[in-house]
Amino acid sequence: MALPALTGVAMLTAILFVFVVVPDEKVQGVVQRIFYFHVHLAWMAFGGFVFVAATSAWYLRTGSRVADRYAEANAEVGLLFTTLVLITGPLWARPIWGVYWTWDPRLTMTVVLWAIYAAYLMLRRLGNGDETILRYAAVLGIVGVLDIPLLIIAVRLWRGIHPAVMLSDDPEAGLRDPTMIWGVILSGIALGLLFAWLVSLRARFAAIDDQLALRALESERR
Amino acid sequence: MWSIVRKDLAIERRTGEMLSSLLLLALLVVLLFAFSLEPERLRGAEFVAGILWTTLLLAGTLALNRSFVLEREAGAWTALALCPLDRGSIYLGKTIANLIFLLVAAVLLLPLLALFLGTTGIAPSWLLPASIVLGTAGFAAVGTLFSAMASRTRAREVLLPLLSFPILAPLLIAAARTTAAGLVGEPLEHVSAWLVLLGAFDLVFLTAGWLTFDYVLEE
Repeated sequence: MALPALTGVAMLTAILFVFVVVPDEKVQGVVQRIFYFHVHLAWMAFGGFVFVAATSAWYLRTGSRVADRYAEANAEVGLLFTTLVLITGPLWARPIWGVYWTWDPRLTMTVVLWAIYAAYLMLRRLGNGDETILRYAAVLGIVGVLDIPLLIIAVRLWRGIHPAVMLSDDPEAGLRDPTMIWGVILSGIALGLLFAWLVSLRARFAAIDDQLALRALESERR
Repeated sequence: MWSIVRKDLAIERRTGEMLSSLLLLALLVVLLFAFSLEPERLRGAEFVAGILWTTLLLAGTLALNRSFVLEREAGAWTALALCPLDRGSIYLGKTIANLIFLLVAAVLLLPLLALFLGTTGIAPSWLLPASIVLGTAGFAAVGTLFSAMASRTRAREVLLPLLSFPILAPLLIAAARTTAAGLVGEPLEHVSAWLVLLGAFDLVFLTAGWLTFDYVLEE
């Protein structure tokens, strides 16, 4: 019960900081503020995908329904966050790079990851709760994470550079103001809480679904 | 393991289904490229390599779809699962058979593509066979695992490319680069990182498939 309230407070504080307290970044101006969300969204999503692999392995070992529900919840929220990364990125890129999209390594990697977990969820959808398909999905959840390091190397070798926003040669550029660091920390906490809350909500929803299916089965038998 | 390879190859020798459909499809994909893009601009090693891999992936996925259908339809799945063999070996057997199909397809397709897209400046080096073997091995490793999974679902034709294309993205990038380099005889130093990446991809996914096939075969 504490999680939604905490998330709400943290989110409001983060929004207040990012939009009111924090000054404009010297070089990029107002659009740089999107990074307070963009960067954390990406890290949370990738973290979620690692959780998918971990809970998938747990599910294959024990057949625990809880593990499977958490794998699904993490994949769904991870995909949602990746989608938000792919929306906030171009919004920033258009004024700064002049284009919405370029085939930069991280952009490419993000869009491929998006496709992997969209396919993962598609497999689950098509399975209709079939135990075998859930096991296949768990295999995919593990294989998907194995692909990430290879993907990172491939896109790095393939294409140029992503802006290292935090580190710049220009002494005036980057996160100079101490409130900026606070903006980064606060939005990180807020988005972390939001991720955790959404995952727990989604897992609970799946648990209720399981119970409903069980009840329906029991009443059929009677 | 080898008996599974022999079995798949024997079926293929009798029917010729997989290879002929794969090759015909590949030819059509090349035509699609020529019609939808300006064919005169699709010249040189980069296009030969790029179209070769795109075609192999597209046509190969459709062909791999068939890989487990026979087992499913003929009720041999249970027999395969009951086989007193290590499940990993069944996976390796299937993967080797698929790899042979893909290799044959690639070997037949390559001169065809070179013919269509121009042979000027092409001086193949040993990098070419290396990139093709490493590339198709990774493709077979991923494709066989997912094809077994997809064969269980209703929408298997759509599902297999959906599952395998994103996972194969690093392989496709690396294979296209190394094949292009192999076609024009570029020195090894230019693409050694790519070759290592291809090898790593093969190793990772062959191991992953070998280890997880236990869970895939079980009903």
